[in-house]
Amino acid sequence: MKRTIFNLFTLMSGISALLLTYSCKPGKVDSSLDADAARKVYVAPGKYDEIYAFLSGGFSGQVAVYGIPSGRLLKVLPVFSQNAENGYGYSEETKPMLNTSHGFVPWDDAHHPELSKTNGEDDGRWLFINGNNTPRIARINLATFKTDEIIELPNIGGNHASPFCTENTEYVVGNTRFSEPLDNSDGNVPLDSYKQNFKGAVSFVKVDKDNGNMSLAFQLLVPPFNYDLAHAGKGPSHDWIFFTCYNTEEAHTLLEVNASQHDKDFVMAVNWKKAEQLIKEGKGTKIKAKYAHNIYNESTHTATSTLENETQTLDVTKFPGLVYYMPCPKSPHGIDVTPDGEYMAASGKLAAVIPVFSFKKMLAAIDKKDYEGMVSGDLPVLKYEHVLHGEVKKPGLGPLHTEFDGKGYGYTTMFVSSEIVKWKIDNLEIIDRIPAYYSPGHLSIVGGDSEKPFGKYLLALNKITKDRYLPTGPELAQACQLIDISGNKMKLLLDFPTIGEPHYAQMIPAEKILKNQVKFFKIEENKNAYVTKSEKETKVVRNGNRVDVYMTAIRSHLAPDNIEGIKIGDEVYVHVTNLEQDWDVPHGFAIKGNNNAELLIMPGETCTLKWVPGQTGIVPFYCTDFCSALHQEMQGYFRVSPAGSNVPLKFSIGVNPVTE
Amino acid sequence: MKSLTRVLVFISVTLMLSAYFLPLWHILLDAPQYPEGLEMKIWLNGLSGNIAQINGLNHYIGMKFIVADDFKEFKFLPYIFGGLTIIGLTAAITKSRKLLWTWFIGLCLFAIIGFSDFYMWEYNYGHKLNPHAAIKVEGMNYQPPLFGYKQLLNFTAGSLPDTGGILVGLGGALAAAALFYKPGLRK
Repeated sequence: MKRTIFNLFTLMSGISALLLTYSCKPGKVDSSLDADAARKVYVAPGKYDEIYAFLSGGFSGQVAVYGIPSGRLLKVLPVFSQNAENGYGYSEETKPMLNTSHGFVPWDDAHHPELSKTNGEDDGRWLFINGNNTPRIARINLATFKTDEIIELPNIGGNHASPFCTENTEYVVGNTRFSEPLDNSDGNVPLDSYKQNFKGAVSFVKVDKDNGNMSLAFQLLVPPFNYDLAHAGKGPSHDWIFFTCYNTEEAHTLLEVNASQHDKDFVMAVNWKKAEQLIKEGKGTKIKAKYAHNIYNESTHTATSTLENETQTLDVTKFPGLVYYMPCPKSPHGIDVTPDGEYMAASGKLAAVIPVFSFKKMLAAIDKKDYEGMVSGDLPVLKYEHVLHGEVKKPGLGPLHTEFDGKGYGYTTMFVSSEIVKWKIDNLEIIDRIPAYYSPGHLSIVGGDSEKPFGKYLLALNKITKDRYLPTGPELAQACQLIDISGNKMKLLLDFPTIGEPHYAQMIPAEKILKNQVKFFKIEENKNAYVTKSEKETKVVRNGNRVDVYMTAIRSHLAPDNIEGIKIGDEVYVHVTNLEQDWDVPHGFAIKGNNNAELLIMPGETCTLKWVPGQTGIVPFYCTDFCSALHQEMQGYFRVSPAGSNVPLKFSIGVNPVTE
Repeated sequence: MKSLTRVLVFISVTLMLSAYFLPLWHILLDAPQYPEGLEMKIWLNGLSGNIAQINGLNHYIGMKFIVADDFKEFKFLPYIFGGLTIIGLTAAITKSRKLLWTWFIGLCLFAIIGFSDFYMWEYNYGHKLNPHAAIKVEGMNYQPPLFGYKQLLNFTAGSLPDTGGILVGLGGALAAAALFYKPGLRK
């Protein structure tokens, strides 16, 4: 009997050992949720957030504005994609904004918002953002939160390393993710002639320091690598800008493998001051290039598009001292300059360390011609060990991007191990790590790429959400996490979904933006070609089959509201001026069955909606923005008659006994 | 042969038959961006689970794709295991202690060879990596554990018996009990 018990005992312990193994599964890292998170992110009703966050929408082509720390969405700002809800890219005034050398391109892939800087500090004037697909840079006016300018960049394939700015926003840059033959050459070449025929072009776009207007100053012709990101120097490194290069293998197929073969790729250091000087001395070569330059004029509320046809280039192989290469472990992604401008942290996404380069050592190595070889014939490659400040060892897997808190620490995202790692700039020791949900790409610290970071908050911008929110079918929201970095340990505060892909974000203390806010446009300053400054001036004008309707909107009527004599075959342009002169009284305008869009017209603004009636009959139009108690009465009718009908053109609005 | 022994053998054989309709083993993969986990189940005659996803991930590190057809074992394992079970059954019916021993030793050999084979496959998958892979980490191999858990880059890999394996294990324990437990001698 004892034996039976013994045997049973052995059996049972075997089973429990098995169960134990199951339960011994290594646990997940603690989420480090701040115990006081709710209080720290709570912004009481009626109170303002402390910080503006500008998140790119990635494939949405737009920018989303959030309040931090609450994570409340304040506005989706249309930039590269048409926006039917307010008519951006549909109205006659804004259609030219999306013009390119390829014609009308009403979408893009917007990656990197960049706040304008003065003395290396975010100044809250403009936000730049790159269109990755059809290479463009947009400038958003932070007084009106409107896209004021879009410039296309010729000679490049995908404008990814963009639009990072120099210390005083002298330039914003662009560089190609897809090298390709220059636009003025015969691009009809075999793809396997990549090494001979393809080129990279670093674009320097000059920004006018008073009005922000952009112009393509010059392009540097560089080897056909893929250029991922850039950051300009500051302080001592003011004259330089750094670009990460991957695909130094110069592969043109299956880059996933073929561009991942070199153990080290490069950081390309460009002396932009020197390039500027060379251009000034007339050393640039003018070449033919077609690119669109679109500007929105705030007084006419109208955009114009100009097709430019020339650019200046400098072939870097012909001007020694313009570019130097620093070897950088495997397929670098981000390159981030410390607030003092002394160090550059690069992140090889397939590397096991984060190399941090020293600007001083770089200059010394250049002085001593401390080269380990050449690229493209005669472009010097500096010795890795001689330009290195040091390496952050064992940071995690898949380091991508770094920002700084101004207190001596860098914070780097780890895409593969899905975490943020905090490290000390001077001794490169890892201080702390916190999980991100999941796979963060960029991160953003308030002023984290500037000379004077504000710190306090960090946003992890994630690529995968999986189980974080209520599921919404196969397509899930992307998201970010707000992390408190005011203490020694990082603390998770909030997790919130975003529009599109939150590729990168820039954050700025609210006061820097608040002080410039425009509340409405002054009607007397409206110089739109079709403005109607009072109801008395409203009219309908026929010119052949073109009908112009000069309409006004004020609470709570559209004038005129009865329009007859429109015929099939007409092209009707309705120019609606919002006569309101008060904050937060936009009017909407929509026509039944219009194959176009609707409008949102800000107070004092004029917007034009094109309508080509397709059916005879009565067609209602109305205000779509709930403007007032009698918004529902803000409506009117078109009468559409057959082509060739003799119904006379007639417009009117009833007599208002109160205002008469 | 005592009737208790025969009962134990019958129960053991029944438990072991579960190998034909339950998975024997599984490999689990867990990573931050895979909170739901990935798994591969190993059956007597094949594989099931998230094999396509696992292969999709493994291509980054240059691991050979896992394809059930590569494993010749799955072709003859069901027959060997079936043969062993018949020996056990015959031993109980014919009351042959010799056959009982044959069965038991056969089972032990089956387990030893099976685990060695499993280890070799794991070793080969984990070490024989394509030199052109995108991700190469110095000194790193990706051999999953034979039993228990192991961290492989961002993945926690677990290797554990599945339901069928546990039942077969219990069957094996009962087989041992049938052979070594001799209540008659205790009188």
